[in-house]
Amino acid sequence: MSRTHVTCTINGDPAEFLCDSDQTLLDALRDVVGLMGVKEGCATGDCGACSAILDGRLTCSCLVFAPEAEAATIETVEGMAGPDGLHPLQDAFLEGAALQCGICTPGFLVAGKALLDRNPDPDEEEVRYAIAGNLCRCTGYDKIVRSILDAAAQMREAAPAS
Amino acid sequence: MTATATTTDPQPSYKWVGTRPVRHDGLDKVTGRARYGADLNLPGMLIGAVLRSPHAHARILAIDNSAAEAMEGVRAVVTGADFPMLESEMGGSGEEFVDFRDLCRNVMARDKVLYEGHALAAVAATSRREALAALDAIKVDYEVLPHVLDVSLAMAPDAPILHEDMITEGVDPAPDGPSNVADRYVIDRGDIEKGFAEADVIVEREFVTQPVHQGYIEPHAVVADVGEDGKATVFCSSQGHFMVRSFTARLLGWEPSRVKVIPAEIGGGFGGKTTVYVEPVATRLSQKAGRPVKIVMTRDEVFRATGPTSGCKISLKVGATRDGRLTAVSGSMAYQAGAFKGSPASLGCMCAFAPYAIENVFLEGLDVVVNMPKVAAYRAPGAPMASFASETLLDEIAEELGMDPLEFRLRNAAEEGVRSVYGPIFKRIGFKETVEAVRDHPQYSIELGPNQGRGVASGFWFNFGGSSSATVHINEDGSASVLTGSPDIGGSRASMALMAAEELGIDIYDISPIVSDTESVGFTDVTGGSRVTHATGMAVIDACRKVVADLRARAAKVWDVDVSEVEWVDGRAQHVSGDRAPITARDLAADAAGTGGPITASAAVNARGAGAAFSTQVCDVEVDPETGAVKILRYTTAQDAGRAIHPSYVEGQMQGGVAQGIGWALNEEYIFDSGGTMENPGFLDYRMPVASDLPMIDTVIVEVPNPGHPYGVRGVGEVGIVPPMAAVANAIHDATGLRLSELPMSPVKVLEAIGANGG
Repeated sequence: MSRTHVTCTINGDPAEFLCDSDQTLLDALRDVVGLMGVKEGCATGDCGACSAILDGRLTCSCLVFAPEAEAATIETVEGMAGPDGLHPLQDAFLEGAALQCGICTPGFLVAGKALLDRNPDPDEEEVRYAIAGNLCRCTGYDKIVRSILDAAAQMREAAPAS
Repeated sequence: MTATATTTDPQPSYKWVGTRPVRHDGLDKVTGRARYGADLNLPGMLIGAVLRSPHAHARILAIDNSAAEAMEGVRAVVTGADFPMLESEMGGSGEEFVDFRDLCRNVMARDKVLYEGHALAAVAATSRREALAALDAIKVDYEVLPHVLDVSLAMAPDAPILHEDMITEGVDPAPDGPSNVADRYVIDRGDIEKGFAEADVIVEREFVTQPVHQGYIEPHAVVADVGEDGKATVFCSSQGHFMVRSFTARLLGWEPSRVKVIPAEIGGGFGGKTTVYVEPVATRLSQKAGRPVKIVMTRDEVFRATGPTSGCKISLKVGATRDGRLTAVSGSMAYQAGAFKGSPASLGCMCAFAPYAIENVFLEGLDVVVNMPKVAAYRAPGAPMASFASETLLDEIAEELGMDPLEFRLRNAAEEGVRSVYGPIFKRIGFKETVEAVRDHPQYSIELGPNQGRGVASGFWFNFGGSSSATVHINEDGSASVLTGSPDIGGSRASMALMAAEELGIDIYDISPIVSDTESVGFTDVTGGSRVTHATGMAVIDACRKVVADLRARAAKVWDVDVSEVEWVDGRAQHVSGDRAPITARDLAADAAGTGGPITASAAVNARGAGAAFSTQVCDVEVDPETGAVKILRYTTAQDAGRAIHPSYVEGQMQGGVAQGIGWALNEEYIFDSGGTMENPGFLDYRMPVASDLPMIDTVIVEVPNPGHPYGVRGVGEVGIVPPMAAVANAIHDATGLRLSELPMSPVKVLEAIGANGG
């Protein structure tokens, strides 16, 4: 079977890879590009473990064919920390003990970032609905919700006054 | 956080125990670096896939895999014939027992398939596409047999029999012929007739629950690589890599030493990863193909072929006097075992009334095989369903007596010295304290609005001890490596490091807690039974104490004094008279060669003193009379942790147990069609709670120290899931006047009950 050449941007870097035409973006990110932080929990778009931000939109990468990523900008958990350290959400998750087994954590961090990118000051209910596409079986969500609210507050504090 | 800790003992002053450091494995887990079961790819690796039965019950007449073997890209095919037939022999994994005869048939069917999803062949090919095509090419001739799922139907005289040689155990005289009842377990204490004769109020009711799945987000995954020397290296996520080693070796007819298991990070287990499914299959495929083989289950396979826990039929009767004393309980609990014996029916009998002092008890537990996946452990196995029944009846009886349900519980609460319903005499326990904590919590007195209700319930879990090993190395810079064999499923590395820091007197971040493979640390039972912080913690503490003794001896050598004159304080050797300058661990480590060589110690325990765990919870709900939907408004859980080593992760266990319990109460169930096929094997239709379904879950950590642990630790992982179903049901009753006795209490069922009540 001939393979498809995809050129895109992944976590700020220019990237290209070869994939099967029916391969999911999730499988391409994991098995071709090597970004194992993107997890598979269901492969049917119901658990959010494979969450990525695709052209600014929170997306289940298991529901996207890899060739659809042509020319797209993709953000995954691997791109959240920078040279200055962790993203405030990552820090807040650590401080707030927002993970137990940790398999869902990359998806929650990406979903949390997608929320804070568009709404820097969410209330609890907005956080709960923003992450309602992500399943966590360990925590009961309490500490995840609190950590996202904490990270938002820290980011607002750190942001230059406008 | 919102948690408040209460304690009945003067709190010892600990430097590290009870603090909330960032977990050592946290960075890897928030950056995507942590490697879970599916995250390893090896050069030359093949992809394995498993052929599963489309029938709930059928005889396998023939399997023809010749076409599959001939396909391009296919490197190995296995069926039941590739695995030894094992005779009946019980083996343990720490919390549950397994009969290897059954396990080998569950992993790969022989003669019959016993549930839809039962594995009967597997292939390894150069791609998943080729592997799946090869599965399609395997021809199986089945003789489809009648199947049975319901426990009552499975016990009926004309029921289809799953195992022709299954004679009910625990019945005297033994039955003449086979049935689907594997075992009858009985608790018979006191005088039931006398007890009920003394009762002023008697309530009785029948309860029905459905099978539910542990619902871990990470599907089972393994990479097995059998080398030219015949030895296997197995990388997988599990609740116990020593269990994977012994079970995999046993199922292949090997000695355990032929298998090395490297523990991946584990993406949730809740009991469901205390046994093997694909690990022996991948290993045999790798052996046949001479290449590494990876098998990752799909979510559909996880639901159809791995352990849910039992659905049950429970009938209970409870009697009490007018002044609120329980006089007698009796009843019968039939639990689905799945395709092979081994439901937690006996545990349900033991746990249901364990929080209470009751003289007269007759409880029967029936272990019933049915045509669904063999059940696996699920958080406090057996207790949640039984307590749904018992705690609902206690609410009902308290209501009939006009008594506050918490006051009723306090009046009957078991305490130190009381003989438990299941036999042993309780040592120091904190049940009453959990009830009082809920009674005193602000939520218990918040005023409720229309269609709102409040319910309480309590729960018990034994907690387990078991075998654990630990090795502690002091490194050249004075830091310490702490090696254990317990997979870290929810923060146990941090707990091990906290206890080691306390013992060694060195900084928490100068300690590296490591989960070692099966060749690098001593045997350790599974991470289950709420045992790790207790039992593996004791091994860590013992090893640290050996290291400290060694460090003191070395300082004594340096000072040329008797070791009795050397104390270990805050990570330094101090001379009792104070006339010598203290020596730090770092200095002793730097000169280790000069004082006897590297500083290292190991310890192993078979911990016996796991203290019992109790939880009491209060739930506020609002019931929508139009739709039957139940919204959880507020929730508080109080639990005796003995001593919280890392309070954040204790709270996390408490909250997680409640969330799973709420899912069990309101939404979750296996739904089968008339052919015995599961109709909802995915997260869309098997709906677990999401963030917008739940409120914050407030926690009260009660600390009544366990006398069986140096710091007083009790296991905290499991008991939190025991009370929620009854707490929610009792809250629904408070809101609507309806007693729901069937799980899940989904909108349809609530609406039906409202309709039946003339609402």
